[in-house]
Amino acid sequence: MSRTFLGMPGRALERGFPANAAVAVRDSQLRFNLRKATRTIRGKRAAVVAELPDWEGLRQAGKAIKDHTLRNLDRYLEQLEAAVTAAGGHVHWARDADEANRIVADLVRATGETEVVKVKSMATQEIGLNEALAAEGVTAYETDLAELIVQLGDDWPSHILVPAIHRNRAEIREIFQERMGEWGRPAPEHLTDDPRALAEAARLHLRERFLSTKVAISGANFMIAETGTLVVLESEGNGRMCLTLPRTLISVVGIEKILPTWRDLEVFLQLLPRSSTGERMNPYTSTWTGATEGQEFHLVLLDNGRTGVLADEVGRQALRCIRCSACLNVCPVYERAGGHAYGSVYPGPIGAILTPQLRGMGSELDRSLPYASSLCGACYEVCPVAIDIPEVLVDLRAKARHPRAERLGMAAAGWIFNRPERLALAQRAGGRLRRFVPKRLPGPMSAWTDTRDLPDIPRESFRDWWDRTGGRTGTERQDGGAR
Amino acid sequence: MNARDQILARIRGAVAGAPDVEVPRDYRGATGPDAGTAEPRPIDLLAERLRDYRAIVHVVPEAEIASVVREALARRDAARLVVPDGLPPAWLRPREAEALPYETVGDDPELSADDLDRVDGVITGCAVAIAETGTIVLDAGTGQGRRALTLLPDYHLCVVRADQVVAGVPDAVARLAPERPLTWISGPSATSDIELDRVEGVHGPRTLEVVIST
Ligand code: SF4
Repeated sequence: MSRTFLGMPGRALERGFPANAAVAVRDSQLRFNLRKATRTIRGKRAAVVAELPDWEGLRQAGKAIKDHTLRNLDRYLEQLEAAVTAAGGHVHWARDADEANRIVADLVRATGETEVVKVKSMATQEIGLNEALAAEGVTAYETDLAELIVQLGDDWPSHILVPAIHRNRAEIREIFQERMGEWGRPAPEHLTDDPRALAEAARLHLRERFLSTKVAISGANFMIAETGTLVVLESEGNGRMCLTLPRTLISVVGIEKILPTWRDLEVFLQLLPRSSTGERMNPYTSTWTGATEGQEFHLVLLDNGRTGVLADEVGRQALRCIRCSACLNVCPVYERAGGHAYGSVYPGPIGAILTPQLRGMGSELDRSLPYASSLCGACYEVCPVAIDIPEVLVDLRAKARHPRAERLGMAAAGWIFNRPERLALAQRAGGRLRRFVPKRLPGPMSAWTDTRDLPDIPRESFRDWWDRTGGRTGTERQDGGAR
Repeated sequence: MNARDQILARIRGAVAGAPDVEVPRDYRGATGPDAGTAEPRPIDLLAERLRDYRAIVHVVPEAEIASVVREALARRDAARLVVPDGLPPAWLRPREAEALPYETVGDDPELSADDLDRVDGVITGCAVAIAETGTIVLDAGTGQGRRALTLLPDYHLCVVRADQVVAGVPDAVARLAPERPLTWISGPSATSDIELDRVEGVHGPRTLEVVIST
């Protein structure tokens, strides 16, 4: 199988996460934007979650529904396919990004159109659909405000929910003023950086496009196996425009987005909005089943590495993810490093466990992602489907090939710790040689001392002190303390 | 092997031997008709929550719907209003054959997107409304019309009957028919994409006005 493609530029991939993060944390504007945004949304989420007396019950139900679905995924996919087909839709299956892109490109070509409008969708970003369509002469217009900012700014998304979180209003104004004209209706003259004015500029810029474009491409938040219904949650109404007006609708959806029954929505329509935008409900949710109101409907079911993740007993819980982004907003590492450092469309804690599993740990970046965490556990606490992200991180760390210096060091430590007499000898040697320990370690171990002080080595080990004194107090300072 | 069979085979291989899970439903489920006795009254909670989203809300006795609607449209200076099939005529006119100060437009034959873009607003009923989340749900049924009618006009006036108001999301899911295209609306169109400041009004109607009848 070819390496799973997750839609990100080469540069971030060549460097590991630490190097990417080091660049990001030097950008004080970025840190300021991120801090402001993540703090705001954390507060909102906490307030609306606290409102529900049965949040934990919903969370456990959400977790179990997803686990049950994943266990029976083959059956539910077949059921979904039958239901969508019965309702007049067409179902396609794609093993990887290339296959999905080919299917969509062929479907668009069959309509004779060269322009499509898009609703924000992680799956289509993951497979790099826009670039693939461009290569076929089809222009894909992003219609979500944040995606529009990213597309006009020739940029990469840095957050699952608010992809332009790294931009502030002044930067957005500049992007609109400079680039809107190249893509369609230019920004109004004298555009200010008031968010209202910027939203209005986006409304005007996209209006005609919505009214005239014949093909739309979406993802979906949920698919109901029992009924064949697809569900899209959004805020701006660009989703409704794309789902309702064009003659042809193509939805590209990961196979794990399925829920068994209509009733299961009662759980997820409570979990997702509160975790995601921190609202009791998002402004618009659309559901449709098969070909609706005379529209032609195609569903492309995407694997792209998901079945590989499913095979991993610990890692498969990452497939429960409903892409709410709550874990990003609480993560101290994400708040400082930002989304681009993760080198994938999936940033933050979920990215740190999903990307290396989907893409494999062949690159420096993907091996370093499981370390992009202090294992504080905040992500697990807020996750609406209780994904134990720290558990998966630790498991992936064990699976990654470690650097040579670390492997040698660990082997030596293992040899010493294995026998008490070896440990006693090593400790005594350490005590004697302690004056010769440098402040910075040499070679590859310098990476460690670049950011930390070496701990002081006591002259006498605890064992020796205990042997000598039997633990009687008053004798412990005989050494005179640390050097 | 074709893509479908191969994906299904990979799934079967991946989950073989994995245990299945029971789904605990330890949360507030659908409450049924008892919701009428809840405190605060669901209609009041609905009104409060819709106002939180900056919708304009009126709670009035059924007999006053028409006058509240008329005043609302006058405030908007509405000259052309889309009226979907099956909307109760009494919501527009308290007395039959009374002249209206604005033009009404039906959707039969279907209005084009451009036509819809040019009207001043749309009035609809709804299928269900959810008190706890401040949500109204349209199912393209009688008095609501197809989905585009409430999307392109910049102003949406929605009338909710007291018996359509349910307590929470589970009640709504239980009442709604999945085969119908549904639009769940919680306030006017909005975005938080710029520094996570909520701004009302992007592509959907920028003003949502709701009349709840008691
Ligand atoms: S891992 Fe959990 S918290 Fe993070 S995006 Fe997915 S569902 Fe949300």
